[in-house]
Amino acid sequence: MNRYPLWLNLFIAIVLLGGLVYALPNFFGESPAVQISATKPTAKIDDSLRTRTEEALKHASLPFEESFLSETSVKVRFKDTDTQLKARDVIEKELGQGYIVALNLLSNSPRWLAAIGAKPMYLGLDLRGGVHFLLQVDMKGAITKALDSSAAGIRSTLRGEDEARAAGIAREGQTVVLRFKEISNRAKAQRIVERSYPDLALQEEERGGEYVLVGTLKPDAQKRIQEFAIQQNLTTLRNRVNELGVAEPIVQQSGGDRIVVQLPGVQDTAKAKDILGRTATLEVRMVDEEHSDPATLMAATQGQVPFGSELLFERSGQPVMLKKQVVLTGDRINDAQPGFDGQTGEPAVHINLDGTGARIFQQLTRENVGKRMAMVLSEKNKSEVVTAPVIRQEIGGGRVQISGRMSVAEAKDIALLLRAGALAAPMEIVEERTVGPSLGADNIRRGFHATWIGFTAIALFMIVYYNLFGVISVIALAVNLMLLVALLSMLQATLTLPGIAAIALTLGMAIDANVLINERVREELRGGITPQAAIAAGYERAWATILDSNITTLIAGIVLLWLGSGPVRGFAVVHCLGILTSMFSAVVVSRAVVNLIFGSRKRLERLPIGNVQWNNKTPSPA
Amino acid sequence: MEFFRIRQDINFMKRAAIFNGISLVVFLLAVLFLITRGLHLGVEFTGGTVMELSYGQTADLDKVRTTLEKIGLPDATVQSFGSSQTALVRLPARQEVTGAQMSEKVMGALRGDDPSVQLLRVDFVGSQVGKELVENGAIAILLVSVGIVLYLWLRFEWKFGIAAIIANLHDVVIILGFFAFFQWEFSLPVLAAVLAVLGYSVNESVVVFDRIRENVRKMRKAALPEVINNAITRTMSRTIITHGCTQLMVTSILIFGGEALHYFALALTIGILFGIYSSVLVASPLLIYLRVSREDLIKPDKPKQEAVV
Repeated sequence: MNRYPLWLNLFIAIVLLGGLVYALPNFFGESPAVQISATKPTAKIDDSLRTRTEEALKHASLPFEESFLSETSVKVRFKDTDTQLKARDVIEKELGQGYIVALNLLSNSPRWLAAIGAKPMYLGLDLRGGVHFLLQVDMKGAITKALDSSAAGIRSTLRGEDEARAAGIAREGQTVVLRFKEISNRAKAQRIVERSYPDLALQEEERGGEYVLVGTLKPDAQKRIQEFAIQQNLTTLRNRVNELGVAEPIVQQSGGDRIVVQLPGVQDTAKAKDILGRTATLEVRMVDEEHSDPATLMAATQGQVPFGSELLFERSGQPVMLKKQVVLTGDRINDAQPGFDGQTGEPAVHINLDGTGARIFQQLTRENVGKRMAMVLSEKNKSEVVTAPVIRQEIGGGRVQISGRMSVAEAKDIALLLRAGALAAPMEIVEERTVGPSLGADNIRRGFHATWIGFTAIALFMIVYYNLFGVISVIALAVNLMLLVALLSMLQATLTLPGIAAIALTLGMAIDANVLINERVREELRGGITPQAAIAAGYERAWATILDSNITTLIAGIVLLWLGSGPVRGFAVVHCLGILTSMFSAVVVSRAVVNLIFGSRKRLERLPIGNVQWNNKTPSPA
Repeated sequence: MEFFRIRQDINFMKRAAIFNGISLVVFLLAVLFLITRGLHLGVEFTGGTVMELSYGQTADLDKVRTTLEKIGLPDATVQSFGSSQTALVRLPARQEVTGAQMSEKVMGALRGDDPSVQLLRVDFVGSQVGKELVENGAIAILLVSVGIVLYLWLRFEWKFGIAAIIANLHDVVIILGFFAFFQWEFSLPVLAAVLAVLGYSVNESVVVFDRIRENVRKMRKAALPEVINNAITRTMSRTIITHGCTQLMVTSILIFGGEALHYFALALTIGILFGIYSSVLVASPLLIYLRVSREDLIKPDKPKQEAVV
């Protein structure tokens, strides 16, 4: 009667084998590696890149274990971190631009395991060390910027229209305000603006004898701009993170207006913060030539800045007087690359603008030949003039070259800033978690220790208390641990320190099912039925209670999974998975073992489940 | 080996008033401490910066304090953490500086004093994020409670759901009371522990309830208190052994899991101890007060439910 059908035995065997295979990679450890991936689509990741890397390493006589090609990267494995660090420098020098050369840790598990997708558990930042940032995107700022650029656009559109001449166009708060002297001009302008700026809802007003149009962004346009801002900032952050050379960075949206950045294994956290925290935006503005004579500049440095202008400084410390009006913003830049001027051979930056940007830029350069424009990089509280070149001729087609007074390195820097420095909206770090690598290793060691000691203590108790059935319960608990580790590895769910605590806690709670079963079997035996019947009844009747109690625990786990964040989510994932694996192992697997041992014995006198006899007093009916 | 050979049912319900009195006193004390002392909320909830620093030798905490005062952070608290070589610095949230800048500033100043100092960990949470986490935490406790009541309603009867959730929320309040009384830091992992306890100690009530239902069918002549006494007595062995095993594991985390898991394990320990007590000795008397009747449990259309222990 206590026999499983063949299919169920086979099923259990397959699950156990699968669990073993997928849990296996966690036992091989990791070795230092260098990972090469491409930043540009033109940089190819192929076998020739791998050979080139190997040649370079051989040339520098740096020994490596092996190198291999994956879909998106070339990886080279080394014996120690010392060689790894040296190798990174060598490879970086050899490959130059277009590639990211990052330090990484690679699992030492055999290739066939990797081939079937068996990987070690994915460790969270609190275990492997690294940086986690949560950045809040300033949506109001995104709207403001959009309105700023609309105001600039309207200004240039209306300039050519005599009958729609405006007395003033400016952004005021979350609106664009157009002032007119004549009511007819306003009517004409309204038609033009409505046609070319469908995102704006216009309202007519009269203020102090002037005819005014107040433009506000339509709700759907606001939504679109905000979505765009997030996307743009995500792209920008990805570019910046790429420059850091991190092996497996995570940059993703979180909720409506937040971005999560995780940089595992980053040692130099100060640099990471510096590059990520840079909330730089780029603007093109005109130099105020009328107020650029040395005397005015001198007065301005002492605080007397002419109205409508602003005094900024170049990197060299040279003061530059700029008009406050922004002509073009950095989000119009599609690409920027360092290079050389075709005629003079000087280092230069080649910029590629988008359609609107190209049109505005063409108009700007046509009207301002011989004058100076300035590229301004604004960080949180300070603005700096990156470069202020003279416009030599009208520039169409959106291809712009900035040259003069810069070195090759500066050209590279400026290109990076122009390319990656433009955020559609300012961002602020609202959450930061940095864990040093030594603390991470400590956390793993402690968590592992606690689990192991707790497991041993429970195992000893169970075996002493329930004898052979205790051994079976411990086997079930070990299977539970193995399946949980296998499942976590398969799903590549992030394991955090609270996650390790959840593994321990799950084991401590999972034993409940076996205690329920064992107690029930004892009770059935006490009731005087045969051992075989007691096993069957014990397992059957325990099931309803086990299910009930696990479901209430699961409710708590699912809510935590839903509402929790960061490390707590790690706890919830393990907790929920652990409940599922424990129901399987405690009931199905332990029963299979019991069946294997006792199922085929015809004459079973007693079960090795500890004491079931109560001989001291006369029993009373329960 | 066998710990419990109790043949006579222990008359728990006779002393129900005493148990409920103890519960009420402990509960009210917990509420009192929560009100007068309040929870010492971790940086995740209040917003602010926590830095864990490691020194080559014993950390000179006074010197760290003076240095922080010098750079304009007089409201920083500095204490040792785990070992004497490790210092924990807490800084309240500030509007004008982000966490990233704050920790750089602090590290710069402390490195000037002692170049051997190493930054082990930084946690910075903005006050807005903190507020959301407090809200989410409250919603989580509420949702778990509602979920459990609904499940027990479905599985048993609404009176059982109410009794179980009162007993278990009473545990949660008592855990919080401990944290308020000792001013232990209430962090996110502690919240996770509280929720785990909520789900876990309901198990206990479920096992007793299962047995009560089974007994109602079997002991047709017995009054409800007798039925409950029998159910509690017969499940006691399993209760003590199961919780003992879980507590073995939790104690192991408490001792070997390090500072980061200390309060997590502590919350679980309190939760497990009071969980046993409340689900057995609080939830069951509540059933009597709620006047659970035989008819509530034996419904002709329901399939026969079996229970265990």
